[in-house]
Amino acid sequence: MKIHEYQGKEILRKFGVATPRGIPCFTVDEAVKAAETLGGNIWVVKAQIHAGGRGKGGGVKLARSLDEVRANASAILGMQLKTHQTGPEGQKVRRLLIEDGADIKKEYYVAALTDRATQKVALMASSEGGMDIEEVAHKTPEKIIKVFVDPLVGLTDAQAKELADGIGVPAASQPQAIDTFKKLYTCYMETDASLAEINPLILEGNGNIKALDAKFNFDANALYRHPEIVAYRDLDEEDADEIEASKFDLAYISLDGNIGCLVNGAGLAMATMDTIKLFGAEPANFLDVGGGATTEKVTEAFKIMLKNTKVKGILVNIFGGIMKCDTIATGVVAAARETHLAVPLVVRMKGTNEDLGKKILAESGLPIIAADTMAEAATKIVAAVK
Amino acid sequence: MSILINQDTKIITQGITGKTGQFHTEKCIEYANGKNCFVAGVNPKKAGEKIFDVPIFASVKDAKAATGATVSVIYVPPAGAADAIWEACEADLDLAICITEGIPVRDMLVVRNKMKQKVAKGGKETLLLGPNCPGLITPDEVKIGIMPGHIHRKGRIGVVSRSGTLTYEAVGQVTELGLGQSSAVGIGGDPINGLKHIDIMKMFNDDPDTEAVIMIGEIGGPDEAEAARWCKANMKKPVVGFIAGVTAPAGKRMGHAGALISGGADTADAKLAIMEECGFKITRDPSVMGKLLKSLL
Repeated sequence: MKIHEYQGKEILRKFGVATPRGIPCFTVDEAVKAAETLGGNIWVVKAQIHAGGRGKGGGVKLARSLDEVRANASAILGMQLKTHQTGPEGQKVRRLLIEDGADIKKEYYVAALTDRATQKVALMASSEGGMDIEEVAHKTPEKIIKVFVDPLVGLTDAQAKELADGIGVPAASQPQAIDTFKKLYTCYMETDASLAEINPLILEGNGNIKALDAKFNFDANALYRHPEIVAYRDLDEEDADEIEASKFDLAYISLDGNIGCLVNGAGLAMATMDTIKLFGAEPANFLDVGGGATTEKVTEAFKIMLKNTKVKGILVNIFGGIMKCDTIATGVVAAARETHLAVPLVVRMKGTNEDLGKKILAESGLPIIAADTMAEAATKIVAAVK
Repeated sequence: MSILINQDTKIITQGITGKTGQFHTEKCIEYANGKNCFVAGVNPKKAGEKIFDVPIFASVKDAKAATGATVSVIYVPPAGAADAIWEACEADLDLAICITEGIPVRDMLVVRNKMKQKVAKGGKETLLLGPNCPGLITPDEVKIGIMPGHIHRKGRIGVVSRSGTLTYEAVGQVTELGLGQSSAVGIGGDPINGLKHIDIMKMFNDDPDTEAVIMIGEIGGPDEAEAARWCKANMKKPVVGFIAGVTAPAGKRMGHAGALISGGADTADAKLAIMEECGFKITRDPSVMGKLLKSLL
């Protein structure tokens, strides 16, 4: 689960990491009032969307007067902000963060994430802050310093110092940098984050270290023990169909193609998408109905797929194990009837009660196209939509 | 022969009294020699009782002491599953198989590091399969996990995969071609897990009754590439490889917690290229995994 920058900064402050003062706003008037409340003579007006790359897309602007705050807030609020992470249609800006301007002497990068290979927490830092870190990793990998933290031990002083030295934090500011790294690590662990990134982490003219941005991602499996983080969820930033699907315990992701697919199991679902592409079309979605699909679940899955107007055909691929093919077949027939299915439907069923399932489909009177293998199913649905 | 388990394996079920644990334990007992393999269950509140004629003990230690079991299978719900894994380790079992899906990553990080620390201090190593996996099966001998037994057939093909139903797909193809499996292993779809592709490939390489292997992976993580590189230098048997997720978008979690492209090296295309370079016979069509393998025998 992702959250906004201002929410991330609230979390960082809770763990003792210094950030600029800021106030989140939903309207232009609120933005001007926030600037007044903060005082001073320079503010940053920042678009709050979940995607990165906001600055480059025109979603972050400096203001040197309250009039400029008003002008910038008016321009940003409600805009379709396009970044490399939003896709070509962009993301509508509904929230702003008004912050104190910062006296930036140097920008660093620091992030915590789980390293699969070592099964430890990686703390990654770089002297090249404020840039796209993947670009830094690609062009100048030597400028990324990594330490691997054993969760049974925690981030040691030596490791934190290695990071501070590695990215060239001046001696006078090292204690603050080391303290920040340790607090970031604690925050990462205690909130069950899967990513906690500060980019940039800045060195101010007076030597202070501050988090100028905050990007978090949280482990969906651990949200049950973090109601305070679930409260940060912003449904406006998520795909409406994916939210609807999750209510029925369906894993759904919309894609750009025109063949909807309904599969049991994540690996088989991806393999089905790949097969559709291999045979000349593109999948419209990823959809895993899971192990315990009922008629209701299959019907909901059909409804969600069919909401996508690009869908010109549906491929159902089921390998019956615990889930029996006849159960799914009954569900598919009911779903096709209830949704008045008007696009071609190819069903491939294997495994437990395969023959019974095929019989139910054949006797339904519906124009369901049967297939034996994934390749045959893909060939048939691709032909049917062309 | 086979890898990890056979008809003489004695198994403890952790979470035997829960709905999932009960359902699958019954199926496992019905399969091949399961009746003699599943010797104990664990539930601290129901010690002394029986379920499907299997005695229930208060702890894994008690169950092991009473029955001589060396393997456990875990169906405990996510919030307590990492503790259940650790209990199996503390009891010095040979292997713990964790079926549970949805365990917080932090819990897995902590328990994996505790397991490694125990071994580093000279303690016995307990292997972990999973979590979030279908389990493993040695056809006609014993099945531990949630896979449908009837699609399997005893034979000389090893199957290893991160995904459940995609494993069944490969198994089904092998069986339909009149071949069979030595063992079929699901290592699970989580980012932090126990046995990896490389570990299972080593076991298949050493198993005299495995003639060839189907290795199935998916997007996310470095494991398939690591296994392929090991195979290039060491594997004596033909390997067919498939990676799911060529069409998966970057940065999206595709059902499995670990199926997430997070860089350039863990896409399906990148993994397929490495596997091919390392001598695997790769395919982009999952319908032909079995046929391709047969052509290599």
